[in-house]
Amino acid sequence: MSASSIKTEKLAGWNRPPVIESDGEGELLEVAMGPHHPSTHGVFRMDVVLDGERVIKLKPVFGYLHRNHEQLGERQSYLASMPYTDRLDYFCSLTNNWAYALAVEKLVGQAVPERAEYLRVILAELTRIQNHASTIGFLLQEMGASGTPLMYAFREREKILDLFESLTGSRMMCNYMRFGGCRVDASPAWIEATRKVVSGLNSFVDEFENFLMTNEILMARCQGIGVLKPDLAVNAGISGPMLRATGVNYDIRKVDHYGIYDRFKFRVPLGDHGDIYDRYMVRMLEMRESISILNQALKDVPAGPVMDPKAKIRNFRPKAGESYGRIEAPKGELGFYLISDGSPNPYRYRVRPPSLINLTVLEDMCLGSNVADVVLIFGSVDIVLGEVDR
Amino acid sequence: MKSVEEIKAAIEAAVPGAGVKVISNPAPIAQHSLLIDAQHAVAVAEFLRDDEDLALDYLSNVTGVDYLDKEISEKVKVTRQVPKEVDGVQQIVDETVEETRKHVEPGYLEAVYHLFSVAKKHGPVIVRFRTANRSDQVELPSLTPVWRSAEFQEREVFDLFGIVFTGHPDLRRILMWDEFKDYPMRRDYVEPDDFEYEPTPHDDVLKRAQEHKAKVAAGEVSQ
Repeated sequence: MSASSIKTEKLAGWNRPPVIESDGEGELLEVAMGPHHPSTHGVFRMDVVLDGERVIKLKPVFGYLHRNHEQLGERQSYLASMPYTDRLDYFCSLTNNWAYALAVEKLVGQAVPERAEYLRVILAELTRIQNHASTIGFLLQEMGASGTPLMYAFREREKILDLFESLTGSRMMCNYMRFGGCRVDASPAWIEATRKVVSGLNSFVDEFENFLMTNEILMARCQGIGVLKPDLAVNAGISGPMLRATGVNYDIRKVDHYGIYDRFKFRVPLGDHGDIYDRYMVRMLEMRESISILNQALKDVPAGPVMDPKAKIRNFRPKAGESYGRIEAPKGELGFYLISDGSPNPYRYRVRPPSLINLTVLEDMCLGSNVADVVLIFGSVDIVLGEVDR
Repeated sequence: MKSVEEIKAAIEAAVPGAGVKVISNPAPIAQHSLLIDAQHAVAVAEFLRDDEDLALDYLSNVTGVDYLDKEISEKVKVTRQVPKEVDGVQQIVDETVEETRKHVEPGYLEAVYHLFSVAKKHGPVIVRFRTANRSDQVELPSLTPVWRSAEFQEREVFDLFGIVFTGHPDLRRILMWDEFKDYPMRRDYVEPDDFEYEPTPHDDVLKRAQEHKAKVAAGEVSQ
């Protein structure tokens, strides 16, 4: 389905989840799934009303990990928020860094040197691969494929995290990007090591696909379950692989051309049905596209500084104004909205969390399905609670 | 994409009396925004979503901003008629005095919406609505019926800023717990004096713990 054929209909009333009636036999059962349910990837609760096995109501409950990240951001200087962004979506700290750096760079009109742009793309795509691989691993774990697929995914993820560690000093809390470039330069040995890891990734994805794509259990449990319609997905602000699995062609790398993404050739994988299987396949194919971007980017990383020498670091006070910067993070559209009043810390610092907003339609996807499928539907959304609750 | 002025003209043509104002953004990115009269919020939102040129079908970001009451002091020259003795004769003479006058400009809460178009692949169009003040008139119309993505985000703005979105189908606290009273993202928020102290407090913490105990003894705080 092309993007132009999708039109949100004029809706009568709000786009509410359907009301499902119980069949009247037996009692309704109210179950609190979470906050310590192993499938919730953290502390998250779903208050589910069940009619037998069927879900007839589902209300998500948030806030167990709330620490008012936005207020922390307003109380300290712009740069001091950078390490805090690592803790939002702690699987993808480098893309969080990038989104924040992009918003501040838009606010002050800061240019980024060529080499830093290349490093950013390389790191963001590596992040995307390790995020998608582990999401698929977790999804299969929840399906009952205990351990093995997750360990296959984590084996590759560990190789990528080793690269992050040798470049930034930390596996997960990288704190690598700065306003106007990156913190440290990558050595030729690091670039060589990255090439080596990337050259092995294709065979990993092949292997992963061979094991799983036509697996009968996976198909039976994923196909036609948790279906999301494209018009609802757009109306509900869904982004990332979840939006593209419904067939909507919207990838911010292609739409906004931020960074240097317009220099690389890559395709945007789209789904057809919007079910769990499509979300899984879109992630699988996105890993392949990321590998292709990595191969193109690693071919010619230009020499030069990684930090704009004119970038202001000390006494950083943006002039009054505001900016909204967004990137295509592995989980969806990650945006930062900043308002400056000319002081050293932002007047308003807002994170647009893809994980939280992608959960808007969780109830719509789960209604009418079995309680065992709720775990899978939830797993296919791909969230991290550090970002949902902030 | 249309410029902000063109969008402003289009809104004014479609929704008469919408009171659209362009708020310019001096930052280099120059994402100017539109301030719209809250009364017409839903009509304008539906127009922005359904208009064929704009087709802003994707509401990306909803957030609140708090602006405090501002005390403005200005110097005014005042001319008064004063009785005065000039050359031994009582006369009424004009006298000019400089006075400092203070008045309080009421603060407001603002809801900011970032709109994009998935169909046309453009954006952002930034729309803002303001409440009348920060204390008792904090209602704004909810845009959840127009864009479902506002559902959780407006709940969050209600939770942290205290803007009441009328017409929201399920307006509850989302991140803070239900019994929580204040709005923590407001600029004048004061943290409650109820955090747990260290088991063996020392230095600063000891001082705070003693103050806190004194307050509890005086009955100022409950715990």
